[in-house]
Amino acid sequence: MRYRKGDGERSGLFTRRTLLLGGAQAVLLSALAGRLYQLQILDTQRFATLAEENRINLRLLAPPRGLIFDRTGQPLAVNRNNFRAMVTSDRGRGAEIVVERLDQILSIGEAERNRLLRELRRNRNAQPVVVRENLGWEEVARLEFNAPDLPGVFIDLGQTRDYPEGELMSHIIGYTARVSDEDLVGRDDPLLQLATMRFGKKGVERSLEDDLRGRAGAVQVEVNAVGRVVRELDRTEGQPGSNALLTIDLDLQRFAAERLKEHQSGSVVVMDVITGDVIVMASTPGFDPNVFARGITQGEWRELLESPERPLNNKSIAGVYPPGSTYKVVTALAALESKAIDPWTVLPCAGFLTLGDIKFHCWLKGGHGGLAVVGAIANSCDCFFYEAARRAGIDRIAETGAKLGFGKMSELGLPGESAGIQPSRQWKQEKYNKPWQHGDTFNLGIGQGYMNSTPLQLAIMTARVANGGYEVQPNLLLAKATPREELTPPPPREQTAASGLRFSPQNMALVREGMIQVVAAGTASQLRIDSQNKLLPPELQFAGKTGTAQVKRITEREREMGITQASLPWHLRHHALFVCWGPVANARYACAVIIEHGMAGGATAGPIGRDVLVETMKRDPSRHVDRFKKMASR
Amino acid sequence: MSVASLGLGTPRAPSFGEKLWRINWGLVLVLTAIAGIGTVALYSAAGGRFDPWAARHAIRFGAAVAVLLATALVPPKVWLWLAWPIYVISLLLLVAVDVAGKTGMGAQRWLVVGPMQIQPSEITKVAVILVLARYYHGLTREQAARFLYTLPPLAVIVVPVGLVMVQPDLGTAMMVLLGGAALLFVAGVRLWMFLAAAVAAVGCLPFAWSFMHEYQRKRVLTFLDPERDPLGAGYHITQSKIAIGSGGLFGKGFLQGTQSSLNFLPEKQTDFIFTTFVEEWGMVGALVLLALFTLVLVWGFSIALRSQHHFGRLLALGVTSMMFLYVFINTAMVMGLLPVVGVPLPLVSNGGTAMISVMFACGLLIGVNVYRDAQFPLVR
Repeated sequence: MRYRKGDGERSGLFTRRTLLLGGAQAVLLSALAGRLYQLQILDTQRFATLAEENRINLRLLAPPRGLIFDRTGQPLAVNRNNFRAMVTSDRGRGAEIVVERLDQILSIGEAERNRLLRELRRNRNAQPVVVRENLGWEEVARLEFNAPDLPGVFIDLGQTRDYPEGELMSHIIGYTARVSDEDLVGRDDPLLQLATMRFGKKGVERSLEDDLRGRAGAVQVEVNAVGRVVRELDRTEGQPGSNALLTIDLDLQRFAAERLKEHQSGSVVVMDVITGDVIVMASTPGFDPNVFARGITQGEWRELLESPERPLNNKSIAGVYPPGSTYKVVTALAALESKAIDPWTVLPCAGFLTLGDIKFHCWLKGGHGGLAVVGAIANSCDCFFYEAARRAGIDRIAETGAKLGFGKMSELGLPGESAGIQPSRQWKQEKYNKPWQHGDTFNLGIGQGYMNSTPLQLAIMTARVANGGYEVQPNLLLAKATPREELTPPPPREQTAASGLRFSPQNMALVREGMIQVVAAGTASQLRIDSQNKLLPPELQFAGKTGTAQVKRITEREREMGITQASLPWHLRHHALFVCWGPVANARYACAVIIEHGMAGGATAGPIGRDVLVETMKRDPSRHVDRFKKMASR
Repeated sequence: MSVASLGLGTPRAPSFGEKLWRINWGLVLVLTAIAGIGTVALYSAAGGRFDPWAARHAIRFGAAVAVLLATALVPPKVWLWLAWPIYVISLLLLVAVDVAGKTGMGAQRWLVVGPMQIQPSEITKVAVILVLARYYHGLTREQAARFLYTLPPLAVIVVPVGLVMVQPDLGTAMMVLLGGAALLFVAGVRLWMFLAAAVAAVGCLPFAWSFMHEYQRKRVLTFLDPERDPLGAGYHITQSKIAIGSGGLFGKGFLQGTQSSLNFLPEKQTDFIFTTFVEEWGMVGALVLLALFTLVLVWGFSIALRSQHHFGRLLALGVTSMMFLYVFINTAMVMGLLPVVGVPLPLVSNGGTAMISVMFACGLLIGVNVYRDAQFPLVR
């Protein structure tokens, strides 16, 4: 019994404390059951969703971007295969090592290495990140060879934009680049979230962006924890971007650009006066958009930005110049319409006009004597238009200018278009808080002073005069269609769909007669004969108006000192302008030419305008749809 | 009431047949059911294959049942003698792990002996229980309540805790500490000492913090706020909660668990096996598994209460507390109630040493029942 001594006490205490312990354990086990209830009954919906989100990954399929062609079916923007290195990683794990090795193989450099690491760490659902685009065969081979050392790295076949015409079409087509934050404003297209996606930044690539992009396809895949695809669950094919046929005639565009290259910097616009189709829109110098497609370097970008000739600038729509004497068409029309003058009103010209103690000179030193409206346009008599402007008044001139398209943006739709300036009383009051002066009217009468316009606006004005006063709008898109086989130009049109501007037909005829006389016997009479010294046949005869826009005023003293335009530095010389339309018998095409600092409109801009317009009339692209080549097989 | 307690003389030693009869076959059946669930879960964790875990788990359990039965038939006297040698050997193994162990999951835990990998920390848990039961078996109630007599058992607990902390293995340290405390509690140590220990522990927290490894600190911080780093240290626990929660009442179905099959779960075959199982079998499966464990605990308590000798009582209660701690710490951890400390779910998680030592412990428990009325002298 000695074994038992004291055991009763021990066992009593043991029993009590054991029951206490058991009770405590029971409470804790109930807590486990409670937790199960919370997780599996109360919150199960939330966790079920989270589990599905873990498992199912929606991957977007980028559709091919729509192609862009000129009106004859020649390619302007196409897609080219692009081998690119991509990398995925499990929430950035091991990214340093992989990126380090990539640097050894592709020498991607410090900045790119940091970008990759940043993107990989930020990337939560293991979406692939682009390492380098446009890999060469050798680089692809080196990556494949080192594949075992590069977990998560793979080669992806994507597409990159290619611009076969390069600089020639650079301003119209523009280019694409990575999607930026501002591109996302107002667009919730999930495609734009793709790392490989490109977005139109300039030109048609930008204005037609939402058409060209197409609709995203999607593939639902089951992924494991490291983002590797286990199987495909569902696939919806996207819709390719729609293809676009532009109104531009590539051959004429090339012709115009070649002629512009005789000078440092300039612009040519050719428009169909019936349809508004923009046939030529050249601006020199340009840039190579393919450089943007492959990724522009800092140095290349700075060079483009800092050039005084502004190669990134589409001068046809963004360059603003005083229209000079080309604006006399507007002044004449305003004076006639307001009945301030009639067709026979002869206004005197003694070489200058005085207003108070200010002398307003005519370009012809001795003066024109006296001219009626047709002769005044033909000989570009400044004195006539000072007086005509004074008689018509600023309000009628501003109204007529606005009707002919000045001072506001056209409906062309290209980004970066400038509205120019059509000054008026109200405009000056708002801009300078000063009342309109008579001197201002004199200056406006000959297209100087506050007046500013783009080459496109000059072409629009010319087209509206040429077509007899219809409000045509410039247009760049001839047709668009998603399947390439359906892309065909519309049938030719002979009647304009534009509404009338309510000018009197007699007055329109007078102004047009003035412009015909400019070439027949006026300031541009040397243009009657073509570059081969042959008189133009009747079906190619055209009308026009010269213009020379002052950049720097040459004072009396300077003139006396013998300073001429040619002796001034390039950036201070006059701009040379020429607008024209033809054929005279049945107007179809209008053309505007500006040679920056080209000094004399008739001599510098005139021959280019004549040759481009004559070439256009010869080819007659608006009526020759048969030149369109099917490119379904391309 | 046995004859002995009625003072009717020395009871006769039970025959072999009686010993077999006294084995708690029901308990063995429950353990088998738990191991069966483990096999199913491991089959699922391997993506519907017996390799590499499920088949070995089942075979290992067969061997472990033999260990359990053999252990159960050994008289407690023998364990009384072997307690200290086993304890010393387990300490030596722990030292060996610290010196020459294999590293896994950022800690040294395994010892490679020939073809086997041994995890000495699993053995330590049982060894501490044996030594403490032997110690208090030799003390009267008054002695057990005295402070001086509490110092040796404290040393018995603290030495292995220190050794596993070095590995570092926070889970085993917690289990030895709490299991030892449970034994001291039922053995009659004064309550104020527990309070003092608790106060001291809180006081030592900053100190312990400074000794913790970076990953352990991260785990504690992550436990306190799992959203702190949902893709880093909090990832495991977040994914585990998603798996359990998405299972719902009836689960996603056998082999239909997406979280485990797509590898969103870490350590899905060991510490997170409960998650794998519950994702597929739902709350119903979880409650069945927990009920089976509760049955084991109830059995353990009743064996402890029916033992006629103090060594048996303490041994049975120590083993039962160990089982409870295993189950509670593991499941609470995968459900986000405790920090991730690395404690397997007994008989369900993949792992040989843990299974053998758990079954050995259960063998000791059943042995207490077989020899519940054995008499042996108080030893000092």
